[in-house]
Amino acid sequence: MEKHYTDSKVKGVSTGTTILAAIFDGGVVIGSDSRASIGGEYVSSKTINKVIQVHDRIFCCMAGSLADAQAVIKSAKSHLSFHSVQMESPPLVIAAASVLKELCYKNKDELQAGFLTAGWDSKKGPQVYVVSLGGMLISQQVTIGGSGSTYIYGYVDAKYKPNMTREECLQFATNALALAMGRDNVSGGVAHLVVITEKGVELKLVCSLIELLLIFHEELNE
Amino acid sequence: MAAAASMMPIFGHQISSKNDLVLDWSREEVSTGTTIMAVEYDGGVVIGADSRTTTGAYIANRVTDKLTRIHDRIYCCRSGSAADTQAIAEVVSYQLGFHSVELDEPPLVETAANLFRASCYRYREELMAGILVAGWDRRKGGQVYCVPIGGMLVRQPVAVGGSGSTYVYGFMDSNYKPGLNKDQCLELTASALSLAMERDGSSGGVIRLASISEDGVERRVILGDQLPRFSTH
Repeated sequence: MEKHYTDSKVKGVSTGTTILAAIFDGGVVIGSDSRASIGGEYVSSKTINKVIQVHDRIFCCMAGSLADAQAVIKSAKSHLSFHSVQMESPPLVIAAASVLKELCYKNKDELQAGFLTAGWDSKKGPQVYVVSLGGMLISQQVTIGGSGSTYIYGYVDAKYKPNMTREECLQFATNALALAMGRDNVSGGVAHLVVITEKGVELKLVCSLIELLLIFHEELNE
Repeated sequence: MAAAASMMPIFGHQISSKNDLVLDWSREEVSTGTTIMAVEYDGGVVIGADSRTTTGAYIANRVTDKLTRIHDRIYCCRSGSAADTQAIAEVVSYQLGFHSVELDEPPLVETAANLFRASCYRYREELMAGILVAGWDRRKGGQVYCVPIGGMLVRQPVAVGGSGSTYVYGFMDSNYKPGLNKDQCLELTASALSLAMERDGSSGGVIRLASISEDGVERRVILGDQLPRFSTH
């Protein structure tokens, strides 16, 4: 019967989580929930920020073991800033993603961390990359990750359209995170969203997800 | 030989039938790893399922009918072990038919659901069955009852089940509203099943739909090339 329990099997504090990144016309939105739990029984943080800035216009979302993810990102940040100094130009988004990938792949036996990397660079514009648990690196238009993501695959497949406007994409990301948090017990709290465009970076904190939940579940109003 | 061997990349596992990279299909259980769905509307219910039955990685039946008739206006959607669910459905079918003859009137959907629950709960350790019971009766109209693994019984206006259901909870939460009519329910069910089939390896094939109301049961099949399609990315 155990195969029916979603066993995260992650050591220590885990970001049982929902993370998401999506490209819109002119930029990219990356976001996550804010819950960190120990084995799904105790919420060790209600307000953790899983969206980390690794360079001016490049952000990462972490999933899996929080300790591993933080260590990898710390190392990646220093690699990336050194690389940026050497190249005398801002790093490409794929460079950031590749640095994470190298770390995840070379240490795949010890680590249990996955990442979404999103950003904007002058060469290719807005991009989203996924580095999976074993160190695979792929580029996608929209991607979701973490334990809560299983519940919103259908929603994302149905609702994501390429070349949305900024507002549409923000609403899409907020809705998707709200729906995932509504079904996954190890995702929750608030939604941290970051919008990255050529012009710059905007951080958004969405606390009113409970209102969205009420809209999606009209029976609660009865 | 030794020199050549050391130049080969070292693989963690050797491909053989003694480990879990390659399955020994003769020993794998036949499972309806699946996606099933049932929705109530005013006047009846709509039920739907994919059509894939797997034995490990092999698709034993790609045109399975997982919508099983229990009585004239009561159907069940089966997920889990194919053997277990077929056996339970047969038993309940018999019990319900007998009960209906005793009563001399069509049985209630709630009665059928309770019969499923009784079997699933009593033999919960041996069974692996997740069942949606749906139908129409004169007392309460269209009803959907969920009997998941373990043997709980709960009535819900809309229910999904099976391995593919996890992928469409978000879609269902956002798209279902109370008060849909029959055609909207059919469209919602077909869309949700199509999305799940695209993401779940154990679901696929065709979509089988049925709508049950006072007038009877209407069945239809949506073939692979006619599945609802969504924007590609």
